[in-house]
Amino acid sequence: MTSARLAAQPGGVDLRVVHAWLLLLPALVLLVAFVHWPVVATFIDSFWSTPRAGRASVFVGMENYRVMIEDPVFWKALRNNLLFALFTIPTSIVLALIMALWVNERIAGRAFLRMAYFTPTVLPMIAVANIWLFFYTPQYGLLEQITQLFGLPSHNWLGSPSTALGAVTVVAIWKEAGFFMIFYLAALQALNPSLREAAAIEGASRWYFFRRVQWPLLMPTTLFVLVNAFINAFRMVDHLFVLTRGGPDNATTLLLYYLYEVGFSFWDVGHASAITVVLVTVLAGIALFQFFVVDKRVHYR
Amino acid sequence: MSAHTTSQRLAWNEPTWLDTLAAWLLALLWILPLAYAVWTAFHPTEFATRFTPFAPLTLDNFGRAWAAAPFARYFLNTALLVLMILGAQLVLCTLAAYAFARWRFRGREFVFALVLVQLMVMPDFVIVENYRTMVRLGLVDTLLAIGLPYFASAFAIFLLRQTFMGVPKELDEAARIEGASALQTLWRVYVPLARPVYVAFALVSVSYHWNNFLWPLIVTNTQNARTLTVGLQVFSSVDQGVDWSVITAATLMTSAPLLVAFLLFQRQFVQSFMRAGIK
Repeated sequence: MTSARLAAQPGGVDLRVVHAWLLLLPALVLLVAFVHWPVVATFIDSFWSTPRAGRASVFVGMENYRVMIEDPVFWKALRNNLLFALFTIPTSIVLALIMALWVNERIAGRAFLRMAYFTPTVLPMIAVANIWLFFYTPQYGLLEQITQLFGLPSHNWLGSPSTALGAVTVVAIWKEAGFFMIFYLAALQALNPSLREAAAIEGASRWYFFRRVQWPLLMPTTLFVLVNAFINAFRMVDHLFVLTRGGPDNATTLLLYYLYEVGFSFWDVGHASAITVVLVTVLAGIALFQFFVVDKRVHYR
Repeated sequence: MSAHTTSQRLAWNEPTWLDTLAAWLLALLWILPLAYAVWTAFHPTEFATRFTPFAPLTLDNFGRAWAAAPFARYFLNTALLVLMILGAQLVLCTLAAYAFARWRFRGREFVFALVLVQLMVMPDFVIVENYRTMVRLGLVDTLLAIGLPYFASAFAIFLLRQTFMGVPKELDEAARIEGASALQTLWRVYVPLARPVYVAFALVSVSYHWNNFLWPLIVTNTQNARTLTVGLQVFSSVDQGVDWSVITAATLMTSAPLLVAFLLFQRQFVQSFMRAGIK
């Protein structure tokens, strides 16, 4: 093998190493251009003013961050996003787990149930949001028809600040739960069947079996799903474009949606860069959590 | 003996009728939006909110939606985009994964860590800078601009690297002894063995990019490059007012290819998403 001999020569160019870099090059160039460079550039841009017609960009130090901190809408978006995360993450994970436990058993209509739970995952969010919009429509939407049946007063779910965030949260949970179910289902099916037999012989209750056997063994899956749910909580904004456009009075503005508005409606690059830095910091936090908590635990088992 | 254990196992822990009832209620709730959309799209407008069992069926709404916006163009754009992204991803990520799995070189771990950054910082988050890049490249309002940030997929590289590392070294060496070059070995030994992973990744990638919305919305501004999701949004927010029947028809049309594929190849879909999730 020529290349191996070349590698053995001290000081000689190792052809195999050149090959490796050539294989990596195309993917690496694109990754640097559209992931690493943008992160660095955003960080730099966040210290410069937004270039306007006739005015070039100038260094402004912390000015963009000062504007952001004094911007009530930013804080509202951050608060909304934390609430959105707080409600979507646990709810969709618990629902996913329950769905998986059901579908994993010999339950009547198992194939249909699995299909029904998973379907929202393959549908475009922008499309299903249109259907949900119709659901929530005052007076003649489906939800109104049901509440009217019970003689409840009419309510504009998306139009009132008190319920709008809840309404868009429900849509997100509906979209996600079936997706996470798949991971739990895969993990449940990989569990050793003799565990179940042992539990049956011992006469353990179902709850006991779940709490002491299934749940601990599903921990790596839960952590994996948790990380994904966290990222999604900051990424899922498509439905806002259809349902609320961030309204009423920014009650449903999430961080990424606000970034879109600042960057592409107001074309304020400086301000948008500062918001992006906040978003990337949040993601870095999730990454650190994954690295130090999730990966350790998974290997521990 | 084994028959006895099996029957005991099945008898233990069976879902109760309460489980079955709850599971079905949840499932019906979960497909309610879709069922509702199907009802509205296939009935005349006056039945959009009235649920009479024998309401007349019609395809009229689909015709009106199709005529009201350039959906044919949107379909073409989306299909081309999805295929372009998938093709580029398969080629680029196969090469990169091969390098990570079978080559030793200085800085390999560090470069791999750099790749994994994309799993967190997805192109969706750095839209402002990526848009500026597209302006500089003069690519705004092209399909290439929509696809380019996704060509190198950390997810695909990760998935394929894991798979390639599981290929027995003996197979690799046997191919080399027979005189196959590195790329020939990759093509003849590694790629065929990774076929299920390719199928899984392809399904996930196609569904993701068929449904993707924010970046295509930002980087397109005419129907030349608009995808179905963006087209649907423009259509339902500007043109239609509150004609729900037409909007739901358009909504179903947009989702139909994936939905039909999913219903036909359910097992494959579910298994692909599973496979993609477990490392």
